[in-house]
Amino acid sequence: MKTTLILSTALAGMAFAATAQEVNVVSWGGAYEVSQVEAYNKPFAEQTGIKVNMIAADNPATPLKAQVEAGNITGDVFDIEVSDAIRLCDEGALVEIDPADLPPAPDGTPAAEDFIDGALQDCAVANIFWGTVIAYDTTKFEGNAPATAADFFDLEAFPGKRGLPKTPKRTLYLALIADGAAADEIYDLLGSEEGVERAFAKLDTIKNDVVWWEAGAQPVQLLADGEVTMATGYNGRFFDAMVGEGKPFAIIWDGQYMDLDMFAIPKDSPNPEAAMEYLKFATDTQRLADQAKYIAYGPARKSSAALVGLYQDGKTEMGPHMPTNPEYMTTAVMDDPEFWADHDAELTERFNSWLAGS
Amino acid sequence: MANALDPHAAIVTTASGAGDGMLTTADGKPLARALARSQSRARRRAFLLVLPLLAFVVVTFVVPIGQMLQRSFYNDGFSANMPQLSAWFDQNPRGTEPDDAAWEALAGDLVASAEVRSIGVVGTRINYDVPGTRSLFTSTGRKVRGGIEPPYREALLEMDEDWGSARLWNAMREAATPITANFYLASLDRRRAEDGSIEQVPERQRVYVMLFMRTFWLSLLITGLTFILGFPVAHLLATLPMRKSNLLMILVLLPFWTSLLVRTTSWMVLLQQQGVINDILVWLGVIENGQRLQMIYNQTGTIIAMTHILLPFMILPLYSVMRTINPSYVRAARSLGATSWTAFRRIYFPQTLPGLGAGALLVFILAVGYYITPALVGGSSGQLISNLIAEHMTGTLNWSMAAALAALLLASVLILYWLYDRLVGIDNLKLG
Repeated sequence: MKTTLILSTALAGMAFAATAQEVNVVSWGGAYEVSQVEAYNKPFAEQTGIKVNMIAADNPATPLKAQVEAGNITGDVFDIEVSDAIRLCDEGALVEIDPADLPPAPDGTPAAEDFIDGALQDCAVANIFWGTVIAYDTTKFEGNAPATAADFFDLEAFPGKRGLPKTPKRTLYLALIADGAAADEIYDLLGSEEGVERAFAKLDTIKNDVVWWEAGAQPVQLLADGEVTMATGYNGRFFDAMVGEGKPFAIIWDGQYMDLDMFAIPKDSPNPEAAMEYLKFATDTQRLADQAKYIAYGPARKSSAALVGLYQDGKTEMGPHMPTNPEYMTTAVMDDPEFWADHDAELTERFNSWLAGS
Repeated sequence: MANALDPHAAIVTTASGAGDGMLTTADGKPLARALARSQSRARRRAFLLVLPLLAFVVVTFVVPIGQMLQRSFYNDGFSANMPQLSAWFDQNPRGTEPDDAAWEALAGDLVASAEVRSIGVVGTRINYDVPGTRSLFTSTGRKVRGGIEPPYREALLEMDEDWGSARLWNAMREAATPITANFYLASLDRRRAEDGSIEQVPERQRVYVMLFMRTFWLSLLITGLTFILGFPVAHLLATLPMRKSNLLMILVLLPFWTSLLVRTTSWMVLLQQQGVINDILVWLGVIENGQRLQMIYNQTGTIIAMTHILLPFMILPLYSVMRTINPSYVRAARSLGATSWTAFRRIYFPQTLPGLGAGALLVFILAVGYYITPALVGGSSGQLISNLIAEHMTGTLNWSMAAALAALLLASVLILYWLYDRLVGIDNLKLG
């Protein structure tokens, strides 16, 4: 019985290793996955003959960490947030990537200069920027539309429930911005006791009117149901609802929270060569620009910006919907992976304690 | 075949044990030995038969859960990657000021750890005890990757003066032994003070004890509600004529067979402020449009949805026990002059207790570990401890903490089970 088990496992393992020329990519699913399939996977399979298997996860860092812990890596390329990329790299779980190996921009600029600051890490290469932004239901505020982060906290002028993510990372900064803090002093404030107190005090003013969400699709649903009148969420999802489905939403870009998604390759992945091929291919100038055709997330290369054109419907200009639009960048808060690596656990505990108390 | 339950075999064994003359089998072997051999052969065969199931349970259940629980008290993230400094802590008792040897060990370990990229693991481990120190390790690691010159103390303090912090050195001493109670302390909102004694964490960070209490209280409440709602239904099911009770049974089982997620989301549709129930109340004029009731994304939502989802677990055991109750007992009580209430209280109800016990235990234990429903409809006030376990599993990736919380939950359920056994008796449990 046991020998059979071992034998069959070994055979299955051999069979798996024998099917070369494929690569397993773990990503976030939904509209985002569709954009990657269209922009990266299809042309990649056509040009190289390597088959791409897309695997969806709520957050690919979770299966990655679990696979590393278990010592059984089944994915080749993981699409993870920058904080997770740095953390897992520091823990020795990821393959180091030399920027010199990445393809240069079409005009010859080396990759190291072509990528936006922070988009190249020791073990990961960014593909897109995405923003957490406020969206509101335009039918609820006719004649007097909210325009700033402070309006999100103003229940008198803009009545109705609010949708917020149940995490300190994407709520505390918003409270501080709404309370008049500047985007570049957020992390100094959150690093101090007074700053954290100030953020929670501001959140207290709307606590009873908040509906907390956890999955990226929820804020869109809450707005569409009329359950909330304003919510923060991922800009690509709101874009999809507004342009793709014609929902009467509008986005407030003031005080958006910008984050990077990165491709990383774990050590001991089953197809390391194909994984590296895929990573290089998917982060070249044309591919990053192509992805913007399918979802409103900003490419991580400067040279891609010029190539970004129209949405797949052939009439919507993508520029005004991109979180990387220079106009929106002035008040944007950039994700600080070091800060969150240090303080996430502590602030999450405090946030949960604050939530649970009434 | 002889086995332990065979009365003759028992007699023969006792006789041979008494010692008056050896009893032998037909071919001359001592009977006791032959018997033992044949019994052990039977036992081996029985064992081989259950081996597949046993192996399955061990591989898929006992080993992973054991490994997970081990994480709650065993974390070698620091000790395995900082061997020199861990050795120094071993040799020098608590309270020793870090000397040159300690600083040298620290510097050597940091360089080696940065070289093999395990510095993040070390920093993560210390960060659990002293928040805000993870980047101290990783940034120092980046600086020392090429090597570091003595004097080490000055060199490290030059890079970051936090290296001199007494709290940090205490935490490193704690982490130098892989076996730790710190995760259990944290699960009870406690931590080690600088002198090594145990203290409560600041009030604004306390959350786990309160959530444990809430989890048990809500589970108890939900068990009570399923009893109140389920008892009459089970009684109807057991007493109605077959055709009607079958129809009723399907109504009970249909939601039971429906996906959990579907049931939870349909409660969202019903209960939300723009939902069916609020719409009807507004239409009937019971409430104004402006004062729609908040029935979901709070504790109320958790209670309603979980009561509904767990109801069949109460009804089915009650029903199976009620069906076996002979109706003539109640009739006899009535004919002897008992009121219907007395007959119910003294005659009928006590006979349903085994089913009630089974149902209550099932519902309570399921409710204590419930995760997905509170996560979806609980908002902030309807969260249970399982939601924080999930948060540590997938969010903060602090598996040791998740394991400690889960172990406490498991232990408290086992204690309740034991209490139940003492008070009611587990033999009185009847599932069907």
